[in-house]
Amino acid sequence: MAQVLDHPKAAGPVSDPVTPAHRVARRKALLHWIAVHSLGVAAALFFVLPFVFLVLTSLMSDQQALTRDLWPHPFEWANYKKVFDTPGFLTWWKNTLLYAGLGTVLTVVSSLPVAYALAKFRFRGRHLSLMLVISMMMLPPQVVVIPMYLFWAKQLDLSGTLWPLIIPMAFGDAFSIFLLRQFLLTIPDEYLDAAKVDGCGELRTLLRVVVPMARPGIAAVALFQFFYAWNDYFGPQIYASENPGAWTLSYGLESFKGAHHTDWNLTMAATVLVMAPVIVVFFFAQKAFVEGVTLTGVKG
Amino acid sequence: MSTYTLRSKRRRSALRTAAFMSPWLIGFCVFFAYPLISTVYFSFTSYDGFAAPQFSGFKNWSFVFNDYPLFWPALRNTLWLVIVMVACRVVFGLGVGLLITKIKTGTGVFRTLFYLPYLAPPVAATLGFVFLLNPGTGPVNSILGDLGMGTPGWFTDATWSKPALTGLAVWGVGDLMVIFMAALLDVPKEQYEAAELDGATAYHRFRYVTLPNISPIIMFAVVTGIIQTMQYYTQPLVAGKVASGVMGGSGQQFEPGYPDKSTLTLPQLVYNLGFQRFDYGSACVVALVLFVLAMAFTALLMRRRSGLIQAGE
Repeated sequence: MAQVLDHPKAAGPVSDPVTPAHRVARRKALLHWIAVHSLGVAAALFFVLPFVFLVLTSLMSDQQALTRDLWPHPFEWANYKKVFDTPGFLTWWKNTLLYAGLGTVLTVVSSLPVAYALAKFRFRGRHLSLMLVISMMMLPPQVVVIPMYLFWAKQLDLSGTLWPLIIPMAFGDAFSIFLLRQFLLTIPDEYLDAAKVDGCGELRTLLRVVVPMARPGIAAVALFQFFYAWNDYFGPQIYASENPGAWTLSYGLESFKGAHHTDWNLTMAATVLVMAPVIVVFFFAQKAFVEGVTLTGVKG
Repeated sequence: MSTYTLRSKRRRSALRTAAFMSPWLIGFCVFFAYPLISTVYFSFTSYDGFAAPQFSGFKNWSFVFNDYPLFWPALRNTLWLVIVMVACRVVFGLGVGLLITKIKTGTGVFRTLFYLPYLAPPVAATLGFVFLLNPGTGPVNSILGDLGMGTPGWFTDATWSKPALTGLAVWGVGDLMVIFMAALLDVPKEQYEAAELDGATAYHRFRYVTLPNISPIIMFAVVTGIIQTMQYYTQPLVAGKVASGVMGGSGQQFEPGYPDKSTLTLPQLVYNLGFQRFDYGSACVVALVLFVLAMAFTALLMRRRSGLIQAGE
């Protein structure tokens, strides 16, 4: 609060005699401060209230969730236990962690060398490769889904599992390659040259010099990829829908609503449980995340 | 240096490049080039996934454009979303970005709060919004009713379903906010000071200093917004399914685009044709339409050089 009171004074040096002109300037600065921050609070309400309503509804009884009440009475903490007790919920959780966790590791390991080559090697076709990476990044997954589905389901018999979604991540992800390349461009060549003078090959340079310096970029890619898998709906819908044992949280959540038709309280509790991990992870890695967004500005 | 060693050196560096690029080269061939060519091929065949594909010329193409009842509504919806939703997101993102650069107290807290909804998983966020906007007892209509305003049917009314989706998209505007914020902080301070000396009003400063400086970023936001709209799938699908009260999961008895085709988008048609009607050929036609649209805007993005590949080129 100290800042709040101090700020208007910044409009003029304190030691100056208080002239009417100063007083007007100060009052203007104060009004400006109030206007900006009221607008800020209004915007904050718009962004936060939906979360508040969801959490409040998740704590109501099933009867009360169908009324126009906004405040739970009494608080039904048991709703969350009921969600965890729902058959399948823990399996979905496990599947999501497998898809998101393994997928993220594979993506980082396979995308890093490609990004390094695109950022630091000089070779013919470099520009073309970059254009193709960007094109792949912009391509809706639905464009190639028919042949891909036939490939995984008919030829490799892997439908009903998440492997058709995890395996491709071992072959580089366009968005991750692009983001990492943007990041690696910011590392001065002098560091790489120094490593080479010391006798490092390209692979050693990548592992010993580039990886430690690119940690924030790698963290951003890992986060984006983790969230991508966590949020993915289309992928599990295509490959896992026939087998509830392979569903992920994002896919299972919708069927949860189907099974608990009018129990908005339980559905909202499940919704909160799907949102919560993402938000917790974000709080621990906020800086890497925001940096990633500014570096590329896109994530479909 | 003899030609021999030069050549072997070159070959070694080519091999090295190939080795580093190899994960993506394989990925590109197996998960992009091959399926794309297959998609073109299948679009000219009748194929249900069981009997071998039969060449059928332009039959699928003519079916999709002339007889498939969902194609034109989906394209119209996409156009609506491009015009209204993208515009709303850009204007709102810029507004919030401007606001956050003006906020001097608790900036970090405000920024985090503004950004959080962008992270909400789409299925969860959509479910949440269907509940918040449910016509009878949802909090939004409760409040609107108490204020004596109209209480629209939102996701259950064909006129209001796309505005409701737009609300959901605007709620998750955090990505644009961050981009605009970075761009706004990059505008040279001297230009503002010069404008102020000339007696420019706040509006004039925005119009003649801020806007010209950030116009490439606005362009970037618009074009990527359009590309994202081409891919818009999860939110309209889940909203339609949940609002129509149809069982989710494997029970697929769902009228696509509920209510009244108003939430249909092109990617949903690929699913409907391919995985509900088992008409893979026609699904590939829609996939190619989607491909052409997405690539056209991607080309625009690359040509405009709107910040996407500038660095290091």
